[in-house]
Amino acid sequence: MRLALCAFGLLLVCANAMAEFSGNVAAEAQIFPESPQFDDQFDENLTFSFKPKWDGEWNDGDDLWSLELFMRADNKDAGREKVDIREALWLGVRGDNEWRVGINTMFWGVIESKHLVDVINQIDYVEGIDGEEKLGQPMLHLKRYQDWGVLDFLVLPYFRERTFPEKEGRLRLPLVVDTDKAEYESSDEERHVDYALRFSQTYDDLDLGISWFKGTNRDPLFLPGLDGDGEPVLIPFYEQMQQIGVDAQLIYEAWIWRLEAIRREADSNDYNAYTAGFEYTFYGIMESPTDLGLLLEYSYDGRSKDEADVLDDDVFLGTRFAFNDEQSSEILAGFYIDTNNQSRSFRVEANRRFGASWKGTLELQTFADIDSDDRLAAFANDDFLLLEMAYYF
Amino acid sequence: MFNSKFLLVIAFFASPALVFAQSAEEKGLEIAKAADAYDQGFTDFTANMVMTLKNKKGETSSRLIRIRTLEVEGDGDKSLSIFDEPADVKGTKMLTYSHGLEPDDQWLYLPALKKVKRISSRNKSGPFMGSTFAYEDLGSQEVEKYTYRYLRDEACGEWTCHVIERFPAYKFSGYTRQIAWIDTEGYRLVRAEFYDRKKALLKTLTAGDFKQYLGHYWRPGTMDMVNHQTGKSTLLEWKDYEFKTGLTERDFRSQTLKRIK
Repeated sequence: MRLALCAFGLLLVCANAMAEFSGNVAAEAQIFPESPQFDDQFDENLTFSFKPKWDGEWNDGDDLWSLELFMRADNKDAGREKVDIREALWLGVRGDNEWRVGINTMFWGVIESKHLVDVINQIDYVEGIDGEEKLGQPMLHLKRYQDWGVLDFLVLPYFRERTFPEKEGRLRLPLVVDTDKAEYESSDEERHVDYALRFSQTYDDLDLGISWFKGTNRDPLFLPGLDGDGEPVLIPFYEQMQQIGVDAQLIYEAWIWRLEAIRREADSNDYNAYTAGFEYTFYGIMESPTDLGLLLEYSYDGRSKDEADVLDDDVFLGTRFAFNDEQSSEILAGFYIDTNNQSRSFRVEANRRFGASWKGTLELQTFADIDSDDRLAAFANDDFLLLEMAYYF
Repeated sequence: MFNSKFLLVIAFFASPALVFAQSAEEKGLEIAKAADAYDQGFTDFTANMVMTLKNKKGETSSRLIRIRTLEVEGDGDKSLSIFDEPADVKGTKMLTYSHGLEPDDQWLYLPALKKVKRISSRNKSGPFMGSTFAYEDLGSQEVEKYTYRYLRDEACGEWTCHVIERFPAYKFSGYTRQIAWIDTEGYRLVRAEFYDRKKALLKTLTAGDFKQYLGHYWRPGTMDMVNHQTGKSTLLEWKDYEFKTGLTERDFRSQTLKRIK
């Protein structure tokens, strides 16, 4: 009966009958101490988010379903207000094949400071400039296990546009990005069907992935334009592209070596980019339980300065403290330094658990000596402090 | 002349002793091998673990972890830990392929990033989830991970125990030695003392509430690890043990970490 109800799409009935419910609700305060570069940008903001997840399984765990939503209420930056489906998925395990149909979020790659090969999901940019929060992507996905490696075949029938701050938002470009006017190279626009393939395998201490993607570039170009009121705006333009990527990670004792490299071909540009680096961990420093990791990563982008990514010839220097205490306290601090113009940005992220169900996060981001030609110039006054308290259930 | 003859005579009488009498090291190794052999053939098991951390002030916090372990012939076990509590780490999973003296292979699935991350397994002496158990205390106990020395037999509760010293043979252990009380019938690890790098007593483990499974394998219901230097302790309560559940290598692939529930 329950299954029958599910088949008729009465999701909430299913959800209550066979689901496990988990997630978190969070309050986030953001403070920008410097006055804004552009008119109307806010100085401080208090927002709330809710991330519920329902999931369940049947058929002895060979069939699974999940639904994960992400909602944010923001009364200052409408660009951050949303309800997004991060996951709405059926997953079927059939021998060495795994089928996934629906909306999913996935992660490819190994590098900490940048994500080059991770092109399946669109970035939820307003949730973090590090690109680690992503929008749900509709897909048909077959994962096939072979003795010689794992193959992923993906068909992506629908494209998600990147999110951008509105006029009042911080960490935005000098002109507002008008997401209502997005343009596409393909006449199919967001209905263009994209394809991706990935091979991955572990060889002792080496993890290797090789991936291919053909379809709508998740990173937009920007065209000058006018909005409905005749104000100048930026119009995102989504090209078609083809990309081949490699990601590799090698572990040797306390060393972890990492590499991501891509070749991307599109109408506007054909180029190579890579990030390579290492992490070395000192375990139990000064006879405490604390582990200290040191990270060094270098990013190169083959495009000219004004076309390239923010990290085009940049060094990332990071430290990671894992206190291994009851509260799982962690601090990650990193410097990004542009080797051409010495523009620097600094970021600290610290978090710990409070009691059994709360988690507090503190983020500090500063931009220093930003060269006026640097892609970060628009963020020069956007140093910020962020405090988040989340309740997990 | 006389001297050499005398030596020959000594050698003649001494050699049988060299052949038949066991050194304390040999006897210790023999016990470790017997304990290992006794536990072989369990194939796989699943269990639920409640971990209660207690600090010096007596404040407690708890973790809920589901464990799945697959026996691998000729190598260390494969094991999967699924974290259910605290809520902020719910859905975190840790996969370990242990290999005797070679470093283990270890992966972590981070649900917030939906990312499977290969991690360095060198951190054997570090605390597990902020508890008084180190990773090396909970890992698969292969014979070659230690050298041994037999100390004595003595009564341990209702049983008789072999008392043996174990010296970690792998690099990066947090201990210089351990003293283990292993009962002579079912090879139950009843008690263990852990000595730190400065050779001072660091921790004592007491296991109890043993139950026998499949008519052969003994598993403790409780394991209490007291750290004498910090005053902290951690109680592990093992529940719902099931053996030969039909787990296979397929259930221990890093690529499936994300979907496993």
